[in-house]
Amino acid sequence: MTETAIELVGVNKWFGDFHVLKDIDLTVGAGQKVVICGPSGSGKSTVVRCINRLEKHQKGTIRVNGTELRGDAQTIAAIRSEVGMVFQQFNLFPHLTVLDNLMLGPVKARGLTRAEAEKTARHYLARVHIPDQADKYPGQLSGGQQQRVAIARSLCMEPRVLLFDEPTSALDPEMISEVLDVMIELALDGMTMVVVTHEMGFARKVADQMVFMDAGEIVERGAPEEVFAAPKSDRCRKFLSQILQH
Amino acid sequence: MTRYLPFAALLLLGGCSSSSTWGWYVIDPTTASGWINIKFLVSGMGDTILISVIAAAISIALGLMVALPALSHRRWLRIVNRVYVELIRSIPLLPMLFWVFYGLPIIFRSMGLNIPIDPFWGAIITLALSDSAFTAEIYRAGIQSIPKGQHEASQTIGLSYAQTMRYVILPQAIRRILPPLANQFIYIVKMSAFASVIGMQELTRRANELVVTEYRPLEIYSLLIVEYLVLVLIISAGVRWLERRMSADERI
Ligand SMILES: Nc1ncnc2c1ncn2[C@@H]1O[C@H](COP(=O)(O)OP(=O)(O)O)[C@@H](O)[C@H]1O
Ligand SMILES: [Mg+2]
Repeated sequence: MTETAIELVGVNKWFGDFHVLKDIDLTVGAGQKVVICGPSGSGKSTVVRCINRLEKHQKGTIRVNGTELRGDAQTIAAIRSEVGMVFQQFNLFPHLTVLDNLMLGPVKARGLTRAEAEKTARHYLARVHIPDQADKYPGQLSGGQQQRVAIARSLCMEPRVLLFDEPTSALDPEMISEVLDVMIELALDGMTMVVVTHEMGFARKVADQMVFMDAGEIVERGAPEEVFAAPKSDRCRKFLSQILQH
Repeated sequence: MTRYLPFAALLLLGGCSSSSTWGWYVIDPTTASGWINIKFLVSGMGDTILISVIAAAISIALGLMVALPALSHRRWLRIVNRVYVELIRSIPLLPMLFWVFYGLPIIFRSMGLNIPIDPFWGAIITLALSDSAFTAEIYRAGIQSIPKGQHEASQTIGLSYAQTMRYVILPQAIRRILPPLANQFIYIVKMSAFASVIGMQELTRRANELVVTEYRPLEIYSLLIVEYLVLVLIISAGVRWLERRMSADERI
């Protein structure tokens, strides 16, 4: 029995009158990889963003490594220290070098010395296969390299869980695989991952659980082979046939 | 418009030739009395610059403090910002100057405080206060121009709000903030002329005093305008240099 890393029970969220998440239940065991897919606007980003409190849910419970996510600053800080996030648009700090991007969190939030932080930063830069770009600015890197820096920046905080929100959607096709390769390596190393993506090859390779969302609901879930081979719902079948055509 | 230019030129030339309209002797540097007058007028430059620089420095700090509540997700903090900006922005400078110089000491006295306000600090407080509404708006616009993703990425690596501002947002926003902030300095320099009204011996006050004794308003006020022109042109050159530097820095 693996311990539970993330648990969502009956999570609901509204943007004004708009019911964006409807009774979301999701359990992610430690070391598990969950891939979330679904049409645009179905609420995938919102689910992921609720897990580290970039968005606030209004009903239901979210637990991360056993801690219930409530509104107080202390809990939020505790949960964010265990949960890293990689964004579609990278969101690197353009005014800082790659090395400083990686060191900012460890030095300012975790209180490491600059020497310790630099050692960690160089370690993770090597892990995402760009050890020689440390002194460049993000604007001087390709999209694929920037996203790998963003992954390394998250890793420098030594998180127990990594969230990815469409990490390859903003990339030119030829750069997608270099990012996916890094993510696969992380997955094989045992990182707990929640990944919003339409890269079905990645899902097949690493996902323990596939989740299909539509209109704020989890419509279907299961092992990737099952979902791909025999989607139960029409909506999921239609969606998969559309994205697998490409 | 151009039709009238020859007439205007004619008027000016005619004026120069007939001493009844123009009397440059009051500020003729080749005569002893003219030179003394010039020195008297130009020596107001020190106070004009000093008042402006101190007021600008206060406004730059105050403006940031006023701008930050505008970026809060708490409604009442945003309202505090709006009220401050709208109120301060709508008070004309001269009434505000009178209120600060003549009114504020009374408030201080009623609170049992003995804080006299001399013309120097009266002018500085008024200019800084009045300008802070504009610098606050400059900060707000500059900070809001930084994409939301920068805040979110900072949050996910555990930075506090203050750390996010200090290390991520402001260093990027400064490029949008500095040029208009420097531009505001021109506004302060020009508005510092109002300090003359409460007895501050800066450029305008000195010109007024000399006009009273010499009866040569045309020449003296012309020189006064040139004095401000020189000051403002120097600052403008500085602003343009700053703008070039900020946009040349491609990284940010
Ligand atoms: N801050 C917001 N305010 C209002 N509506 C929002 C906000 N963020 C997202 N939405 C809406 O919520 C829905 C789900 O958004 P999102 O979770 O980003 O979907 P997905 O990631 O699946 O494309 C969309 O219809 C979107 O327009
Ligand atoms: Mg999305």
